[in-house]
Amino acid sequence: MFSQSRNDWLLFIGFSIAVLCAPILMEPFGGNYPDLLQKLAIFGLFAIGFNILFGLTGYLSFGHAAFIGVGSYVSIWSFKLLTMNAIPAVLFSVIIAGVFAFLIGYVSLRRSGIYFSILTLAFAQMCYSLAYSVLTPITNGETGLQLRALRTNPDLGLLDADIRVLDQALGIQETSVPTPNFFGLQTSGYEGFYFCAVILIVGFFIAQKITNSNFGMMLKAIKSNQNRLNYTGIHARPYLLAAFVISGMYAGLAGSLMAVTDPIAGAERMQWTASGEVVLMTILGGVGTLVGPVLGAGIIKYAEQKVSSWNEGIISDFFSFLPAGLQDFTASFVSLFVGEGWHLTLGLLFMVIVIFLPGGMMEGFRRIVGLFKRPNDNDTVSNSATAQPAE
Amino acid sequence: MAVTETSATEAPREFQSGVANSVLHINDVHKSFAGLHALSDVDLAVREGETHAIIGPNGAGKSTLLNVCVGRLKPDRGSVTFDGEILTGKEPHEINQLGVARVFQTPEVFPDLTVLENVMVPALSKRDGHFTLNPFKRFGAETRLRDEAEATLKSVGLQGQLTALASSMSRGDKRRLELAMGLIQHPRLLLLDEPTAGMARHDTNATIDLLKQIKEGGMTKVIIEHDMHVVFSLADRISVLAGGRIIAQGTPEEIKNNPKVKEAYLGDEEV
Amino acid sequence: MDEIFLQVLNGLDKGGAYALIALGLTLVFGTLGVVNFAHGTLFMLGAFCTVALNRMLTTSYQRVNPDKTDFLGNPLKEDIPYVQDWFGADFSAFVFDYNVPISILLAIVVMGLVGVIMERGLIKHFYNRPHADQILVTFGLAIVMQEIVKHYFGANPIPQNAPDIVGGAANIGAWIGLGDNVVYPVWRLVYFAFSATIIFSVFAFLQFTTFGMVVRAGMQDRETVGLLGINIERRFTIVFALAAIVAGLAGVMYTPILPPDYHWGMDFLVLSFVVVVVGGMGSLGGAVLAGFMLGILQSFASMNQVKAIFPGIDQIIIYLVAVIILLTLPRGLMGRKGVMED
Repeated sequence: MFSQSRNDWLLFIGFSIAVLCAPILMEPFGGNYPDLLQKLAIFGLFAIGFNILFGLTGYLSFGHAAFIGVGSYVSIWSFKLLTMNAIPAVLFSVIIAGVFAFLIGYVSLRRSGIYFSILTLAFAQMCYSLAYSVLTPITNGETGLQLRALRTNPDLGLLDADIRVLDQALGIQETSVPTPNFFGLQTSGYEGFYFCAVILIVGFFIAQKITNSNFGMMLKAIKSNQNRLNYTGIHARPYLLAAFVISGMYAGLAGSLMAVTDPIAGAERMQWTASGEVVLMTILGGVGTLVGPVLGAGIIKYAEQKVSSWNEGIISDFFSFLPAGLQDFTASFVSLFVGEGWHLTLGLLFMVIVIFLPGGMMEGFRRIVGLFKRPNDNDTVSNSATAQPAE
Repeated sequence: MAVTETSATEAPREFQSGVANSVLHINDVHKSFAGLHALSDVDLAVREGETHAIIGPNGAGKSTLLNVCVGRLKPDRGSVTFDGEILTGKEPHEINQLGVARVFQTPEVFPDLTVLENVMVPALSKRDGHFTLNPFKRFGAETRLRDEAEATLKSVGLQGQLTALASSMSRGDKRRLELAMGLIQHPRLLLLDEPTAGMARHDTNATIDLLKQIKEGGMTKVIIEHDMHVVFSLADRISVLAGGRIIAQGTPEEIKNNPKVKEAYLGDEEV
Repeated sequence: MDEIFLQVLNGLDKGGAYALIALGLTLVFGTLGVVNFAHGTLFMLGAFCTVALNRMLTTSYQRVNPDKTDFLGNPLKEDIPYVQDWFGADFSAFVFDYNVPISILLAIVVMGLVGVIMERGLIKHFYNRPHADQILVTFGLAIVMQEIVKHYFGANPIPQNAPDIVGGAANIGAWIGLGDNVVYPVWRLVYFAFSATIIFSVFAFLQFTTFGMVVRAGMQDRETVGLLGINIERRFTIVFALAAIVAGLAGVMYTPILPPDYHWGMDFLVLSFVVVVVGGMGSLGGAVLAGFMLGILQSFASMNQVKAIFPGIDQIIIYLVAVIILLTLPRGLMGRKGVMED
């Protein structure tokens, strides 16, 4: 299973270095703080997983945020019931998100095209609505599921007091509400980032193996011509279901990491607009490429943090070199797109990418590289679509 | 000698003995679209190892018959059996896994994959069955399979274009790729829907030679073809379909001399 | 019995909104072949036409009224709407009261323009792109329109009032002999009547005009109609604008029922898409039927007696129905063969 071509290893090593050095790389952009870095890694992972479904098979799911929610809730419950160690939380989240993905995928994949999109959307909205209403005893509704101190009064429900059976059995002392850890190492701050980063690298490696495998080739063949594949003796549905479950597990993992780095889980994570966001990340970076989705996730999360924190004052200062009247006008126009208006920028970005660059940034890079390449180099490029180091 | 009469009298006998020495059995198949009878009372037995051509004027129901065989269409009545297995009601992928491969009339390749990948996919399907979860088995790493794919591509004359995207190929090349995708599966029964349509004369002859070679390998083939040159160079037996019915069956010589066939079909075609 | 009747009524106005949105969605999908994720936003834009008109009418200047004083003893500053100054107090009182119906005129113009611009500027370039691209680009557009509305009108719902004459409640129970328990806001009945009228007009338009005939033919077989030498492009624009107007009007009239809010678009989009899929992609009758059916089902599911048996059912009923329908009837209730199949 470790047979990779040299290009793949180069890509993998380059990716790993880039991720591990992210704090240094983000320094010039003012993005070197753990909160943002964690987000980059987590959403990168989410987008990598989503790409296994959407990028390889072409099946557009509008319900992947549901698995994020499942992952988060399961992790918090693992903290509440078992132990503050992150490993069981992560494992349980991935497994249970996989089970959910299997159930939802099994039903949704009976249809294709837009019907599939609507079915996944319907399931995700159901999960979201249920988390807010009937499942309140498990999800704690609008307040969100949180960690509590150990139960001292047996009358308290599990939502208000934790038991942490494993930690108790191991005799771990708790003073106040504890934070998640990884064998004693805390999982917030930079430690948290590196915890996520290592998982991101492992996730990338697995996705790379899948993309380059026989299995991955079948997924690409589904996207290319599912009908023909049937007459070739391949039953597409099990492949699709496997891809759906794998991408659901990635989403569950991402949700779990959100809970590990910041132990609270709320239903708003499951809303369908959150599913729309991961679609955007994937197409912004480049559908069907390995690095693209991570790049897209990074850019969107970075821009979100930055652009939404700018207010009119900052903009006004920025344009202070302009004459006074023009400065006000420019500032008020630009303020449409920043701060609260961040979503407007996001929507515009979405449209621009779909209209002008359906292959995303990776295609953009390839076009730029193509401009500088001699024409007779072309036939060597065509086969390495996913293997271009872009970091 | 009136071939229709002989075939009519022979048909029951052949049907009985056909179970023994024929692989594909089309048994009393009916199919109508919105009241229009595309196929009626079609009985056909294809013997093991033979090349059986189905000819007939446009709209005679040839493609419908092929579609019924591979599970794309469900017949209203009747059944198709292959080597004792009933094909009617099976999914296309199940039929393929039984050893029935189809070469499409309009090229149905995987446009976003390379030529080599296009051939590797059916090769994997032949080897691994309709589903295997092998997410870590590197695609193209198994040299034996790869060599075989390259050899098959060479036999259809595509050895120079292994890494080209299928979407960038000419129509004629796509047809050859189609053929390679069928051949690499080493099917027991190969269904060819006008394998040489749209090819230049030179390529047509190359394809005929190729199909003749495979014939020596013992593969059973059913060919739908307009080009009489191809039909008479390849076929061991010919069935003539007109108006959804089989009007004649026999060796190429018998068909050539059958007045009814001439009237129904050959009259408006160059022989 | 009263309760059931009340729930049917409750479902009718919501169902009317669903049906109107789904009608436009289906029309656009059936003729143009485009999956428009921004269609819910058109509904929202219509609603904000009402808000905008209201804003325009209440634009005022301050005038010091020397005859009155405020509570500090200073001369009272009064806000005088320009309308009142220009046209007199009676007229201004009239237009304030009839703000919502008058907005219909505004909405027809605005939504028609929006529709034409959207189709010419964006949608037409996506006729031959995959459905996934259409979904993505219109989704992006929906976000953009929603955020612009949010920027200018704020994030809070802005209540609108129905004209006084239809602002009260009607004792429907007494009308039809069910006792006095069925009392229902008149405006909601107006909404139902309005949506029925619009639906009826659209169907009549498609049935009895040459234009409608071409559109219906186009829904059956787009290629053939193109081959007949009919300028299908211009008709596409008109169909799209028509769908936008229908959605917009549905929005205008809905404002007194629910205060308009910038994220109406997204809320109603998901629901109306489910409606379209349940009704059957490409079937206008199916869209209307499914709209009313789901509206009524939803109001039944929110009855306390039902919720007592199936907690939370009101939240998920629509999605649940959609899942069941899609799995049992792949083409929806009235879907035609060959629409959106592989």
